[in-house]
Amino acid sequence: MAQVTSPPDPVKVVDDTTTARRRYSSDAAGLGRLRAGAFVAPALALIAVFLVFPALWVIYLGLMNYRLTGLAAADPQFVGLDNFLQAITDPNFWDSTWLTFQFVLGSAVIGQVVLGFTIAWMLRDWRGPLKRIVEGLVILAWILPSAVVSFLWVALLDRDSGTLNALLGIEGFAWLLDHPMLSIIIFNTWRGTAFSMMLYGAALGNVPPSHLESARLAGASGWQQLRDVVFPHIRGHILTNLLLISLWTFNDFSPFLLTAGGPDGKSEVLAVHVYKTALQSGDLGYGAAISTVILLINLVVAVFYLRLLRSKK
Amino acid sequence: MTRFVAGRIGFYTLIAVLLAFFTIPLLWLATAPFTSDPTYEVRVPDFTFENFQMIIDHPYALWSLVNSLVLSIGTALLVVVLSALAAYALSRVRLPGRDALLYALLLLSSIITGTAAMVPLFQLAIELNLIDSHTGLILILSGGLLPAAIFMIKDFMDSTPKSYEESARVFGASPLQIVAHVVVPLVRPGLATIAVWTVANVWGNFLMPYLLLSDVEKQPAAVIMYTLYTEGGQANLKVLSTFGLLYSIPVVLMYLFVSKKYGFRFHGGIKR
Amino acid sequence: MAAIELRGLTKVYPGGVKALDSLDLNIPDGEFFALLGPSGCGKTTLLRTIAGLETATGGAVVIGDRDVTGIQPGARDIAMVFQDYALFPHMDVTDNIAYPLRIKKVAKAERQRKAAAVGARLGLELLMDRRPGQLSGGQQQRVALARVMATQAQAFLFDEPLSNLDARLRLEARTFLKKLQRELGVTTVFVTHDQAEALAMADRMAVMEAGHIRQIGTPAEVFQRPANTFVASFIGSTPMNLLDAVVRSDTLEVAGCKVPVPASAEGLLVDGEKIVYGVRPEYMSYTAEPADGSLSGDVVIVENLGASHLVTLEVADVLVQAVVPEGREPELGEQGFAVPRRDRALAYRDGELVSA
Repeated sequence: MAQVTSPPDPVKVVDDTTTARRRYSSDAAGLGRLRAGAFVAPALALIAVFLVFPALWVIYLGLMNYRLTGLAAADPQFVGLDNFLQAITDPNFWDSTWLTFQFVLGSAVIGQVVLGFTIAWMLRDWRGPLKRIVEGLVILAWILPSAVVSFLWVALLDRDSGTLNALLGIEGFAWLLDHPMLSIIIFNTWRGTAFSMMLYGAALGNVPPSHLESARLAGASGWQQLRDVVFPHIRGHILTNLLLISLWTFNDFSPFLLTAGGPDGKSEVLAVHVYKTALQSGDLGYGAAISTVILLINLVVAVFYLRLLRSKK
Repeated sequence: MTRFVAGRIGFYTLIAVLLAFFTIPLLWLATAPFTSDPTYEVRVPDFTFENFQMIIDHPYALWSLVNSLVLSIGTALLVVVLSALAAYALSRVRLPGRDALLYALLLLSSIITGTAAMVPLFQLAIELNLIDSHTGLILILSGGLLPAAIFMIKDFMDSTPKSYEESARVFGASPLQIVAHVVVPLVRPGLATIAVWTVANVWGNFLMPYLLLSDVEKQPAAVIMYTLYTEGGQANLKVLSTFGLLYSIPVVLMYLFVSKKYGFRFHGGIKR
Repeated sequence: MAAIELRGLTKVYPGGVKALDSLDLNIPDGEFFALLGPSGCGKTTLLRTIAGLETATGGAVVIGDRDVTGIQPGARDIAMVFQDYALFPHMDVTDNIAYPLRIKKVAKAERQRKAAAVGARLGLELLMDRRPGQLSGGQQQRVALARVMATQAQAFLFDEPLSNLDARLRLEARTFLKKLQRELGVTTVFVTHDQAEALAMADRMAVMEAGHIRQIGTPAEVFQRPANTFVASFIGSTPMNLLDAVVRSDTLEVAGCKVPVPASAEGLLVDGEKIVYGVRPEYMSYTAEPADGSLSGDVVIVENLGASHLVTLEVADVLVQAVVPEGREPELGEQGFAVPRRDRALAYRDGELVSA
């Protein structure tokens, strides 16, 4: 599901599992286990049916030759690992994976992190309305609905009358057609920088000013302060931030809104590829196999992320 | 001295570039709705409101905003109620397997994204006849948002002092009375934040309604917006720009609301 | 009005931590009783177990004539004031005070009338429409008290009732609370870590350590005859002198000086045995003239306590303290003689008081 606002602080939860037992009974209202169970049940039921079950179901679907129409729709057969083998041997799948890799590397790992950090660093000593304006604009890019910002970029990048070409003084340059990957990478960087900016802003605020001042008094330049004082302090944040936004970007569907995976599959990241094969071409079994791969990759990244958080605390 | 000046100039140039980078794509949204003959290019508007009239006349533009509202509020209600109940129980009672459950929820909410689940959800919706159903979509969206919502509320409740509840308990209140009289009023700010967070998430969600709602009259603004610029023929920029603006304003307002109220304060019933 | 009785009360937490170890306690009806001890000693756990917020692992809690051990907190007919007062922030003072009556299903007009009456008794008339956030610490405390008074419960439990008040306010509140309890005559148990507070307010107290009750007695008893060295060192604004001593027939050899055997231990000591000699600085008289049966040494520190001074003497290589009245404080370095009062000195064998 689309992440519009920052995620809950998972560190607090992870902490709960390792904190020593508190002194007094925490059941302040005398709820008791039975009632507590009844309180939790509805939420768990919903999660089980609409979140957990689909995740398990997709594995099952991947093992069937289910299609949206035709014979296989009425009477799907068990095909074992055929869909998975098909994926592995399908060049489109690998192309899509490679494009997704570029997408994540370019817009998340490089784009959002670098830009987010740069802005946080530059604004670190600012206060007042100007800082709020800059931050506000960056955040605006993040909170506007994806359908709207996608179109804003379609308008911006329009070949004949888009603002970008007007500013650059060139005509007839079809960004979305000739450079689809570049376009979606820049777009996603623009869109997602706010999260990293806020995260690094908070992390920088936690660097003790006395450390920075000691370095400055010792004659360190801005760059040296960054390297010797700031980075050691925020190293942990960088890695967890990277993992989180990589996970989000890997699952991001908004390239579809911009280029629909085209032209000719040149910007067809995995999310779009799944959509095309399963829901447009109707090959649900195959699409499910790819979805399973996506789930597994998500799992690996998420577990790694949580492990990191735990070890930080 | 010159190095300092050059550094300053460089700094402000970079700021200007960044500002331009973030502002320029947005400008169209601010200017085109008020331009009588908009193109893709950003131009100074001639401040007309006739585009808004076109929105009103459009068969399903305004209606889609209503759909967005229905979906957002419906999901928010469901998420707030269910997450509050679950979070309270998890916060106060040591249920067996609680810690494992919390860890699993955390994992699930990160792993099972719309992209990963679109295939099974679509197929399930067909089987269960939940296509074109607002209710079905609300249930699905809730399922996805509940884990994160439970954490956030649980976290908030963990830091709410238990003495209020214990005090009421010694005075003879039953657990349900305690929840109603004491707990709910206390966690209202947390519940409000979850509600706003849910609305913001659902309002902008494109994939799920795109997948599961085929009837144009049921589709929310996210899908209609997309339809408007991908439907064949020349895109009607008057409608697109104005609709985009109308569609965007509520989230911006909500964000401002939340950022003003951010931070949960007690009103002093507890002497700190 | 009810007496509270604890029989063999035990509380073990999962994980094996014994918070309460088979406690027996008898609090008669109407008494103002203190549970005193350092943090972690179990006094708050004990209070909460009496309230029912913690379930006892073993033993019984009897309130009035009823064994309430298995009964829910709300049905024990007790009322509790928490350390942070727990005034509901979303209700005004009237509704806060009236809350227990609301649970008892008293009609709105009736309960508001009662709340007003109790509030007036505590001087809260002008504050009845305010929210807790708009009240000062002292006012909040009075609202919390009004709330428990409105319950008309058989017993009151207070968890550290004064620790949230400013130091100045605390002393006034002490007097106020003691007077109130006298007037109401309700059995009250309060928890405190402040020994001065317990001594000042309580009719009787229990001094606790690590889940055990180390002594039960009136403030005078606990102050003058602490039952063991733990109580001896915990009670008293100035620490009791606890000095190693060797018995030599009818005198004690303490730090190279000879002092008479304490009156309370007369005839109970074995010649040559090693004991601990205890005497409070307040029960030592100081003189610059050599005196029999005194502890003598050089004055190393003189601390001003206001109307008196705390003088520290270095006797052999041991520090002995005595309280000296105003105007009689010595010079540093002068040789001083501290004469302990024989009827207030105490002997401890293996940490326990030696007495008949």
